[in-house]
Amino acid sequence: MGLLDALRGKTKPVKANLDALFALPAAAVTLQATAGVVPTGHAGVCFKPPAGQPFAQMQADLEQLLRSDASGTADAPDKAASVRDVSDKYGYRWILVEADDIDDLVTRVHMVHSSLEDAGWSTQLLCSVFGFRPGGTDGNGETDGIESITRTVFLVYLAKQGTFYPFAPLDTEQRDNELELRIRGMIGDDLPIEKDLARWFPLWGLPVE
Amino acid sequence: MAVSRRIPADHGLNFRMFLTGLFLVLLYALLIGVLIKVGIGLGFVLVIAGGMLFVQYWFSDKIALFGMGGHVVSAEQEPELHAVVDRLCALADMKKPRVAVAEVDMPNAFATGRNPKNAVVCATRGIMRRLDEPELEAVLAHELSHVAHRDVAVMTIASFLGMVAGMITRFTLYAGMFGGFGNDNNNSQGALIELAVLVVSAIVYAVSFLLTMALSRYRELAADRSGAILIGRPSVLASALVKVTGELARIPTRDLRAAEHFNAFYFSPALSNGTSLSSLFSTHPPLQKRLDQLAKLEAEMNAS
Repeated sequence: MGLLDALRGKTKPVKANLDALFALPAAAVTLQATAGVVPTGHAGVCFKPPAGQPFAQMQADLEQLLRSDASGTADAPDKAASVRDVSDKYGYRWILVEADDIDDLVTRVHMVHSSLEDAGWSTQLLCSVFGFRPGGTDGNGETDGIESITRTVFLVYLAKQGTFYPFAPLDTEQRDNELELRIRGMIGDDLPIEKDLARWFPLWGLPVE
Repeated sequence: MAVSRRIPADHGLNFRMFLTGLFLVLLYALLIGVLIKVGIGLGFVLVIAGGMLFVQYWFSDKIALFGMGGHVVSAEQEPELHAVVDRLCALADMKKPRVAVAEVDMPNAFATGRNPKNAVVCATRGIMRRLDEPELEAVLAHELSHVAHRDVAVMTIASFLGMVAGMITRFTLYAGMFGGFGNDNNNSQGALIELAVLVVSAIVYAVSFLLTMALSRYRELAADRSGAILIGRPSVLASALVKVTGELARIPTRDLRAAEHFNAFYFSPALSNGTSLSSLFSTHPPLQKRLDQLAKLEAEMNAS
């Protein structure tokens, strides 16, 4: 926001920066190769739902669109479209999408992003989250490298900043900062990582698997 | 831009704010012109007033926190409060300010600090106890808007003139009382000039005070608006306002008077004002005006 806008007491709502999302599949490959984690196939888009009928209508249309897309994918035509919509305790809403393939998953998340953007609501986007779980057996099972990760971790995409950060929750509202920094080291070349560590906020109880 | 299509800008508010600022600048020019004309020690006055304001501006975060008994809290101490601020800052793409809590039961919140880097957002224990999560979030969004609008800097600069004029009024008054208004016959012209300076600076003082208060009220409305747009739900901010001002009216007056000095930073002023005359002198717009604006905003969001 410009200084002039600030002095006039006008904050323009910030629009989202969505393009960096497509770097994610490359990072997923790196993570599998160096740490033996694979995408869980689950992702969630988190946004602040504004009051009013126009937004509710847009969201209903969007979920309809996602469902029809999911049922029509070539690789899994029989797989039921799985789009869920949950609210968290901070008053944000999540649209949860699934896909077996990371490219499909990114495409679907992007579909949510761009639908919100096209309707003029990209200002409401907070972040999108992708799950990763230990599963070295998927690829070359024998090379579970020295850096092998043994718990579910998440990559969070900050919509406004267009940057990612890793989130590794432990059981009791604790997070494994050491692991998070290690992941930053692994994928720092593939993804724009959020430089301001104060922005790596925890997402306790997030609905993404 | 899609955003402006959804939520139209409030040109009326911008215009009134601009007009108030313009009048303040004109007053500045007038006062300085008069001072130069009569050859008062302008530099001296400006340096002192400037120095005092600079201290107020530079240490605004510490002064306000100290005055309210607030202390900065870490994410471990207040995870919920931090979680709300974290998300709002990510949503608004602004740097996260420090988060503080004041251990008083009076329900209020304020933001201070000379720039967004040094900002502090403080909530009292009382407001955290009385409001539910969405309402507390709305109040914090309002305070974060103050930070984004650089309201500490704006109000400090705006009140500079009033301070200068006030000091000149006092100086010339004392000089007149102790030195006498022209006890030398050959200096009667000088006495007239002194009297003129006194009158002009007193008027400037009064007018600039009113303008500063008006500007403060517009900044509050602007922060209400931006905060409500950020969370997307004007009605939640409205309900928080009603709850807080309603609660405030029931608290014993003495506590409230003790806190009056810090009104400028507050979410809602500690002393409520009913009459139209007192609304001229208040830092915050009347509750009804704030609620009306939020209701209008809510209607706009539903209509588009």
